Amino acid sequence: MSVSEVAARPVYRRSPSTRLTLWAGRLGWRHAVMWVIAAFAIFPVLFVVSAAINPLGTLSSSQLWPTGASLSNAMELFRNTPFTTWYANSLFFALTNAAVTVLLSALAAYAFSRMRFKGRRVGLIGLLVIQMFPQFLAIVAIYLMFSNIGELYPAIGFDTRWGLMLVYLGGALSINTWLMKGFFDTVPKELDESAQMDGATHAQVFFRIMLPLVTPVLAIVALLVFINTINEFLLASVFLRDTDSQTLGLGLYQLVDSQRNANFGMFAVGAIMLSLPTLAVFWFLQRYISEGLTSGAVKG
Amino acid sequence: MAADRSGTAGASSKGAPAGRKSPGGPQAGGSLGGQITKILLLGLFTALGVWAVLPLYLAGLWWGIGLVVAVVAFVYWVYFSKRTVPAKYLVPGVLFLMAFQIFPVLYTMSTSLTNMSDGHRGSKDQAIASIEAFSVTRDADSREFVLTVAANGDPETGELVFLLSDGEGGTYAGTEEGLTDLVGAQVDDSGKITDTIGYTVLTPAQVNSRSDELQEFAVPTDKGAGIRSSGLSSAFEGNAVRVYDESCDCIEDTETGVVYHADDERGAFYDEDGQRLPQGWQVGVGLDNFLRFLFDPTFASSFFGTLVWNIVFAVTVTFLVFVVGLAVALTLHVPKMRGKVVYRILVVLPYAMSSLAMYLLWRDMFNADFGLFNRMLGLQVDWLGDVWAARFAVILANVWLGYPYMFLVATGALQAIPRELGQAAQLDGAGPWQAFRHVTLPLLMVAMTPILISTFAFNFNNFNAVWLITRGGPFGSEGTTAGGATDLLITYTYRLAFSEATAQYGYAAALSVMIFLIVSVMSVVTLSRTKALQEVER
Repeated sequence: MSVSEVAARPVYRRSPSTRLTLWAGRLGWRHAVMWVIAAFAIFPVLFVVSAAINPLGTLSSSQLWPTGASLSNAMELFRNTPFTTWYANSLFFALTNAAVTVLLSALAAYAFSRMRFKGRRVGLIGLLVIQMFPQFLAIVAIYLMFSNIGELYPAIGFDTRWGLMLVYLGGALSINTWLMKGFFDTVPKELDESAQMDGATHAQVFFRIMLPLVTPVLAIVALLVFINTINEFLLASVFLRDTDSQTLGLGLYQLVDSQRNANFGMFAVGAIMLSLPTLAVFWFLQRYISEGLTSGAVKG
Repeated sequence: MAADRSGTAGASSKGAPAGRKSPGGPQAGGSLGGQITKILLLGLFTALGVWAVLPLYLAGLWWGIGLVVAVVAFVYWVYFSKRTVPAKYLVPGVLFLMAFQIFPVLYTMSTSLTNMSDGHRGSKDQAIASIEAFSVTRDADSREFVLTVAANGDPETGELVFLLSDGEGGTYAGTEEGLTDLVGAQVDDSGKITDTIGYTVLTPAQVNSRSDELQEFAVPTDKGAGIRSSGLSSAFEGNAVRVYDESCDCIEDTETGVVYHADDERGAFYDEDGQRLPQGWQVGVGLDNFLRFLFDPTFASSFFGTLVWNIVFAVTVTFLVFVVGLAVALTLHVPKMRGKVVYRILVVLPYAMSSLAMYLLWRDMFNADFGLFNRMLGLQVDWLGDVWAARFAVILANVWLGYPYMFLVATGALQAIPRELGQAAQLDGAGPWQAFRHVTLPLLMVAMTPILISTFAFNFNNFNAVWLITRGGPFGSEGTTAGGATDLLITYTYRLAFSEATAQYGYAAALSVMIFLIVSVMSVVTLSRTKALQEVER
């Protein structure tokens, strides 16, 4: 930084070589570092795009820089695999889970933020503790549970959407509820108090006054849950064994598991398709993201 | 907390204990629309309850019916009482939490104390019935059946069912539990059942793919008799060669004369030489599963080896993503720089891609025969087959996926630190490095520590990171039942339960409980040091 102090003083004219040295010391090295990091960041993305349009569609023929362009991989993916079903399943899980989790979490956060009741302290600490035990650690028990549940209620057994959905919703109250509670706390109490004086019920305060004011945190939690769900593998792989009930992630896994070389082009197209929703939500929610991340929510 | 009280003690009705609010307060009746929605939702919930009760009634599970009724009654009480306002908001999430997070954890603990595994799933009576039925042989007066193989539910994974017709108009459905009459089956000219309600008839190809299971499938009928298939389209009822004798609690093979005695501690029948019958039953084994992981030489070395690598992995990834993320954040932390926005977008790109797909992509880039790295660099490295190369590969892929998050967080934290602080230190004679090391970094760490802890906790159980790249491999001479070189505890658990030829639920559950314990210790240590707990008091 001492260098920049010197350079900031526009006193006398310097020779071009001196100016170059100064620039290199002040900004040049920063550009050099960023070029290296950016190369590291984008080369896998470049490779997957190149493989997706590679006419040969094999792993061994895919280059970092595309050598040709065709849609044959995409066509094959549509023709040879139940791609649309997989995609619809993935989006169903991610969207439903995001929406319901936001609702359940916001309800609980409202109670924790605005009401004082017996068990509140225990509940808040409990949420912190549960956070340390991700649901999938109990996968053996969840599997055994649903072996029995599936016999009684085939509609929510294995290979059904609702069975897995129920399990996902078991994780709805989590650190996200904390995140929301923190945000609810920043909304002045006087707002809901005055509304209540005017005769609003607690439900009206929640839906009409609180929810619109905390939209940013709702958006962030929805984004995080959406991303986590669309990338969830463990629970889904245990629940969804039938090809037609699987998510895109599971489908892609099997696609390259059996035929690692030959199916790579199809996989690359699928990988891009799976990333598109994530990229899209990132794009639309970017102004909330760094704010929300620093509040303590974690992706991976 | 004190501030809180003073804020609520005045005119407000909120913030006081919920019960105090209702008398005299604004009536919870609310708008008409709200009331209608509430009644509709409760009606829907009641309908769900009725739907849940029917199968329980058919199966005769009275405690299950009691539970459903209790839950429905509780929900009604919460939403119609005026004294339960907080509960109205907490109940929906908490019900899910109890059913699908807390209950599974408790169930995991109880499973970890059993020998539950393939071959030890049911009760002793079921094991006996299955042994007897499996040992039947055909004799002169055996009943013959025309067989149709079907399944209960999904043709690939549902339980096998024998649809049998005896040629005289009688049709039956045989499961592992026994034989029941089948009503309304369609029988073709050859006597074969072609369609029925409730079961899925398998196509010949599907039958073929499950032929191994078929070999071991038998329908127990009367005492000492059972039905087995001979070929894919006929079955016979015969008398059991292996017969259970209650007086000695043993099974005698009437052909060879070998006697198998029940061992209620191990849950199987053993003969004098220690040979066991394959069908066993579930018994409690106390802490045996845990002791095996801790003290059995082979399992203990694989468990502790996995644990050490698990910690090394989580620490290394956390440290590296922090260093890279912070370095990028510092590099871009200048007031004016051409292309800053473009750089930002490029370096955050890995975070915006689907991590699941990207793990698979990295696995394929590391492929030894066709992978990008070996081809581009002209190498012959067996990336995922060599112990240290595989560990390097897993860590590299995770750094790639993880550093953008650290970059975003570190950028936010840096912007919150006044630039003047660093400049003041430099005026006092500190070099840029000293200023960073002693002024900026300590301030930064205050904001970053909770994030680092949660990143560590996340990576400690980062199943996808390992499973999707190496599946825990490469494996040593003991094969996949021991831990692999890159195995985390969670991937090891998953493999024991779902990816081995014989599923070992008991051991896997014990391993889960071990992870619970390790995580508990870590979280007690970290929780006591974070500010989060203080927030509870607010």
